[in-house]
Amino acid sequence: MSAPAVETTSVTPAANPGRGTALLRLVRRNPALVASLALLAIVVAAAILSPLLPYDAYRQDILHRNARPSLQHWFGTDELGRDMTARLAVGARVSLIVALTSSLIAVAIGVVIGMVAGYLGGLSDSTIMRFVDSMYAFPETLFAILIASLVKGQLAGQSTGLLAPLAEAYRLSGGLLGVLLTLGFTCWLTTSRLVRSQVLSLKNAEYVLASRLAGASHTFIIRTHLLPNSLPVILVAVTFVVPNAILLEAGLSFIGVGVDPPTPSWGTMIAGGVQSIQSYPHLLIAPAVAIGATLLALNVVGDALRDLFDPALRASRRG
Amino acid sequence: MSREPILSVEGLRVAIPSPRGIVEAVDGVSFGVASREVVGIVGESGCGKSMLAMSIMRLIPEPGRIVAGRVTLVGRDLLGLPEREMRKVRGSEIGMIFQDPSASLNPVMRIGRQIEETIEAHGGAVGSATRDRAIDMLRAVRIPEPAVRARDYPYQYSGGMRQRVVIAIGTANRPKLLIADEPTTALDVTVQAQIMDLLRAMNEETGTAIILITHNIALVSRFCARILVMYAGRIVESGPTADVFARPSHPYTAALLRAVPRVEARLREGLTAIEGRPPDLARKPSGCAYHPRCALRGDICVREAPPEIEVAAGRTARCWAAELGIVWKGSAPS
Amino acid sequence: MTTESNAILAARDLSVWFSARRPSVFAKRRWVRAVDGISLTVMAGETLGIVGESGCGKTTLGRTLVLLTRPTSGHVEFAGRELTALSSRTLRAARRRLQMIFQDPYASLDPRQAVEAIVGEPLRIVGIAAAKRRQRVAELLDLVGLGAETMRRLPREFSGGQRQRIGIARALAADPQLIICDEPLSALDVSVQAQIVNLLLRLQRELSLTYVFISHDLAVVRQIADRVAVMYLGTIVELAQTEQLFRAPRHPYSVALLSAVPTLATEGDTDPTPVLLSGDPPSPVNLPTGCRFHTRCWLREKLGNPAICAEQPPALAGDTMHQAACHFADETAAHAAPLLRPERAS
Repeated sequence: MSAPAVETTSVTPAANPGRGTALLRLVRRNPALVASLALLAIVVAAAILSPLLPYDAYRQDILHRNARPSLQHWFGTDELGRDMTARLAVGARVSLIVALTSSLIAVAIGVVIGMVAGYLGGLSDSTIMRFVDSMYAFPETLFAILIASLVKGQLAGQSTGLLAPLAEAYRLSGGLLGVLLTLGFTCWLTTSRLVRSQVLSLKNAEYVLASRLAGASHTFIIRTHLLPNSLPVILVAVTFVVPNAILLEAGLSFIGVGVDPPTPSWGTMIAGGVQSIQSYPHLLIAPAVAIGATLLALNVVGDALRDLFDPALRASRRG
Repeated sequence: MSREPILSVEGLRVAIPSPRGIVEAVDGVSFGVASREVVGIVGESGCGKSMLAMSIMRLIPEPGRIVAGRVTLVGRDLLGLPEREMRKVRGSEIGMIFQDPSASLNPVMRIGRQIEETIEAHGGAVGSATRDRAIDMLRAVRIPEPAVRARDYPYQYSGGMRQRVVIAIGTANRPKLLIADEPTTALDVTVQAQIMDLLRAMNEETGTAIILITHNIALVSRFCARILVMYAGRIVESGPTADVFARPSHPYTAALLRAVPRVEARLREGLTAIEGRPPDLARKPSGCAYHPRCALRGDICVREAPPEIEVAAGRTARCWAAELGIVWKGSAPS
Repeated sequence: MTTESNAILAARDLSVWFSARRPSVFAKRRWVRAVDGISLTVMAGETLGIVGESGCGKTTLGRTLVLLTRPTSGHVEFAGRELTALSSRTLRAARRRLQMIFQDPYASLDPRQAVEAIVGEPLRIVGIAAAKRRQRVAELLDLVGLGAETMRRLPREFSGGQRQRIGIARALAADPQLIICDEPLSALDVSVQAQIVNLLLRLQRELSLTYVFISHDLAVVRQIADRVAVMYLGTIVELAQTEQLFRAPRHPYSVALLSAVPTLATEGDTDPTPVLLSGDPPSPVNLPTGCRFHTRCWLREKLGNPAICAEQPPALAGDTMHQAACHFADETAAHAAPLLRPERAS
């Protein structure tokens, strides 16, 4: 047996997870993700810390209205003299609360419907999914507007009757409740489809069969096995729903069926800014950039989360 | 009978960096294959046999790398070839077939076209001559009505037929060597018999040497004249198949023979399991990789990895006990 | 070995038909007859092997015997009760002592549950308190050769063989009388298979279990089964005591199947494996008339293609120890001899 050839290459061990932080590795690999996370952190901070800002979002100062951005007012003032920075921050709060809460409602509805359809299968599944399909055919924005108008119409003026407590809540929330309900009832479609297809494949998994053999009831199986194993899919659904909700809320507020004034929302601010686009462009640019940047950041983060859970990519990453 | 060697592997080492450490998938493997020979490589999952095959073809997935050794095909160094040249070798001088035929075929391309593609990639002209050759290959692998079936898609074929097509693609350019990595593991036993019969016929008629990689020792005993037993990335025993199984010189070979159920008899003593598990290739035991599971473990086994010891003409074993001439109980009647 | 002569599981005329895709809405409905009119009994304490190749229906049969799949027609009786007649709720309780071990150790355990939760689930479902559950789980893990320290770990930290042990422990948690083993060794390494086989045999002795062992691996079945049923395209073609089947098969398909399994060559015997079956099994949607096997039957060819094979489906016939569904079962042995290799004495 002849001597083996000289070493052709040498191999160094892969980056030791202990050496250097995982964060640095992340920054090197995906700078867009880090930038997006940073931006979202700023938005969240602004939303939380808005009371600490020097100016009040609701205080009008007619003498200094439509002021351009300056050291005093970082983003200028709006048509009633209110500080834009403060309004952007409170608008962030509105957008975030609306986005998160309505996403929760939408995802919850979607999970329930998808779970029921997938688990029952057969005729029930077909019926439910045909209903979902027909809802898909309806333009989402139009649907949202209809529901919003309906909700506003029923709750805005009401002070007596069955819906009175709900109307009270509506008034207190500054119109937010209407938007929450609207978005919740509009955005659940994709979630239901994702969850349903996941459940369809999971319900024949061998560990579910084992559960059935052990005598588990349907609710036990759904609670113990199907829901936990659907979490990755649900998370993916959330990454789609949240940016969609923000955009939809802005759209509704822009038209005037979203939050009620004086509550600032990025959508209402854009509506106000459009009117003065020629003379005071900063009134439009600030909220538009805010919403655009936030949506972009959410999409980048959502992409990264989806990649994290993609089984095909996961296998190659394990190497 | 001496035949000229067509493949020679010397001191091959393959390392794969992983978060757990460096995985030494192939750890100093040396062997040769002569023209027309049928060699079997036997081992369990994780022993490195598939990685060995991939490294001969230089198809190791990133981030793995060949870190040492030589591979020569009819005297030509394969490891030093530029990728462009290696591509010419793959599919024409060395053919390879894998375990899952569905994964090896393009589901949206007609069967005949897939065979034509490999002929064209290695110098065949585009046209009716190549088309005829593709149909001839289908006939050679015993697909009935080849001219008609060449126009089918893979989904219209059964598992056994798909594997035949894979064999046709792998041998279309008359390679000197065919590497078959678990070609029948996913198939029914009656289909397996058909496929092995086909491979045997090909070996006899065209003279293509075959390396058969499998975990099925009975299969290898019926099909391969010579056998290499792999464990933890090393060849632990080699020699003529019948001899190795009758009088194994390595405890792992003997243990495999006792652990594997045999269809030819219900053993009164039952199956004797091998204690423990195959080692983690990133953290191999010191000395001889098999020592944690070996009945005859000695101090030297823990300290020092045994070299390949020639126990007889054409037979080697990587075991300190073999140096003393110890032979284990095999399949031969005592 | 059969110790008592009580049957604990019986299937009568069991059929499972799945509807197949039709070429058009107007064409007649087509059926995949995965299981077609099977009757068999399992005796307490025995191991009944069910063998066959892919598509023969053995997995479907296994799932139907425990009613994970509802049969299209026929009856399943367990411990004296007719399972097929029960409603879902009563069924859950009635079949608790019928358990199953699955093929894929990587899919048979919930990846998000710790071992304790997995093995303890059958206990939790019947309402056993947490402390008692934990204790019992520790006992079960010990019984299958795993330590109690594995309780908190997740399935992905274990090897295939260990996961299979966890699955066995889970099946044992329900205190079963009969366990259906659906290809439990197919996904395991050769050296690990022996460990699991020995474990199953030991548990059978210690806990007086009955097994139905489904497998395509005839070698394993010969080591572990008392009786064997050979399936082909949804029916049982031969049913016999193990050694009788392997030494003197009476159905030509069994002969072909047995001859195709490679045996370890010895120095006196190096012939290649004979090939008795060519081509593929017919489509289960378009079954041949008469005997399902007749289109590929080597015996029929040898006998000059008698018409009865294409006209009349044969029934399982023979004595209690050995039955075969072939019109010419008595002649199989004589014609098979020159085709098979000599039997090794055990």
